[in-house]
Amino acid sequence: MTARLPAASRPLVAFPTLLRQNGFAVAPEQTIAFLEAVRLLGPRSIEHMRQAAHATLAPHPHQFARFDALFDLHFLGGYGEPDEADDWQPDEETQIQEDGGEREILIGETVNETGREAIEAEALAVRQLRPGDDGAVLARLARDLPTALPRRRGYRFRMARRGRGIDLARSLKAAIRTDGEVMTLKRRRRATRARPVLMLIDVSGSMKSRSDANLALAHTLVQSAPRAEVFTFGTRLTRVTRVLKLKNRAQALALASGLVADWDGGTRIGDALQAFLAVPRFAGYARGAVVVVLSDGLERGDPTAMIAAMRRLAARAFRIDWLSPLAADPDYRPETDAMAAIRPLLATLGNGASTAAVARHLVTLAGGRAA
Amino acid sequence: MAIAAPIPGLTSPEALAEALRAAYYLADDGVATAAYLALMLGKPLLLEGAPGVGKTEAAKALSGILGRQLIRLQCFEGIDASAALYEWNYPRQMLAIRQAREGESADIYRDDFLIERPMLAVLRRPRATVLLIDEIDRSDHEFEAFLLEFLSDFSISIPERGTLRAAERPVVVLTSNRTRDLHEALRRRCIYHYIAYPDPAREAAIIMLRSSAVAEATARAVVHAVGILRQEPLTKPPGVAEAVDWAEAATALSRTGAPWPDAFRRSIGAALKDEEDLAHMRPRLDALIGAIAS
Repeated sequence: MTARLPAASRPLVAFPTLLRQNGFAVAPEQTIAFLEAVRLLGPRSIEHMRQAAHATLAPHPHQFARFDALFDLHFLGGYGEPDEADDWQPDEETQIQEDGGEREILIGETVNETGREAIEAEALAVRQLRPGDDGAVLARLARDLPTALPRRRGYRFRMARRGRGIDLARSLKAAIRTDGEVMTLKRRRRATRARPVLMLIDVSGSMKSRSDANLALAHTLVQSAPRAEVFTFGTRLTRVTRVLKLKNRAQALALASGLVADWDGGTRIGDALQAFLAVPRFAGYARGAVVVVLSDGLERGDPTAMIAAMRRLAARAFRIDWLSPLAADPDYRPETDAMAAIRPLLATLGNGASTAAVARHLVTLAGGRAA
Repeated sequence: MAIAAPIPGLTSPEALAEALRAAYYLADDGVATAAYLALMLGKPLLLEGAPGVGKTEAAKALSGILGRQLIRLQCFEGIDASAALYEWNYPRQMLAIRQAREGESADIYRDDFLIERPMLAVLRRPRATVLLIDEIDRSDHEFEAFLLEFLSDFSISIPERGTLRAAERPVVVLTSNRTRDLHEALRRRCIYHYIAYPDPAREAAIIMLRSSAVAEATARAVVHAVGILRQEPLTKPPGVAEAVDWAEAATALSRTGAPWPDAFRRSIGAALKDEEDLAHMRPRLDALIGAIAS
């Protein structure tokens, strides 16, 4: 087929191929649309061609920089490294790291950023996650979770045996069979939907012993809950939901370990939460959701930022559960300024010392009993 | 397959941008090119971007310049086919069955028993329309999959009536606020554009185009201020519509004799519509007003 194309259009057909080699999903119909678009536009300049490519090959906004770099490489012969300044900023230009993006920008750059403190806070590390030996617990969690989440009323209807709502469509169908005589009124009621879960995982140094297991648990959550979002935080905020959607746990965790850049560093919960809330798209994940924070709450930054952010989060969320490894000790009392101040905002301040404890909490969220 | 220009003289993105300007919509190169390609290639146009950057307005302006009726389908969580396509008027059908004389069968699947919803309305109009599927990201995945079928051949099947097909292909505009990622299959079928906030000069021009009462200096000051506000971690950063409102409100107050800094301050509610955001900005408000009123 390519052989019959005019020579001038061959570079145009080759561009989608280059994109595919670099991880972009481009369908053949998009290649055709791209060719049509270039023909329609003239093209009068290389910018027209770039716009045609953007419109028809539809890269994700977070891939714009890489897409443009490949475009330059292919059509201009020069490979411009993706420039951070030109890169797409998620929605309202909040500096955070999202999976799939290449940027690694520190949250709250102006806060606590002096001298040694900053160096201590920003001890970046990459680490290999160990899947752990909680397989049986996670399997049970995957089985029980879908029915264990709190539910809310949805907008769709479902059949019901009794109730006030009358299902006219089904009643009519039944009446047709009896020559218009309504023998029984069929009923319907609103279907319920499981509330979304938002899990925020602390990956700072003080949580080192729990980070791997918590990520594995988050993988199970994303796999089994109808709607779940997972972010990690330490000195940065990272959305890891997309990689955790991979079914194979070992693969998903390996990708997540590469994505999170602030393993075992400092903790700035307030800044992380504010960065989370500053992106309306992310803040939307918390609306009506069950928010589960897996952290010891040892804030190194300014406690006022954490308190303010938790108030805002609490105003959106259905409930916030804070599961801390420290709470395994029956004598644990939240005595740091930040934890004492946010205690009234939490539905639960519970035990997060083991996968079994967190799983047990998750399956009792709807008021059920632990398996 | 390319189709002929939907209106004579619409031969380039620049011509389309000019026509949109006459309909009070200032489109930048990207929007004009994407809309032009969508019209010419007969594909749906998918516009993504933060709330308030003018996605819905683009669809309205397109329907204006094409002289076609705009039919809007507002998406929400849980939207299903009966809210988007059609529903039978069951009480009337029931009545018709009861009233039919013995031995006769009532035709309860006539047109007048059919309640049309936006997507059926699009197919039944003799002249092509503009279908705006607003905030598709609010719907769930099942509805997105259902849309794919509709967008591929603009036909729907009603079991009792057979298949209905659009006489003329409608222009379809989908908008998304990116509260979730859309399915690749949907993006693939559309001409895509991400609308960013306009640059300051364009935003000032938009304000003056929308509201002739606003002076250029006021428009520039407001654009400067909303630019600063969009850098702040706000729950609801002001969009273009809020910028227009603020400029109009401040102009109206200044006419009553309020000095400019006071007019900007008193009308801040047109730009910031969230108590938390106001609380966040309160300590910085003097500096902000000072900077823009000077």
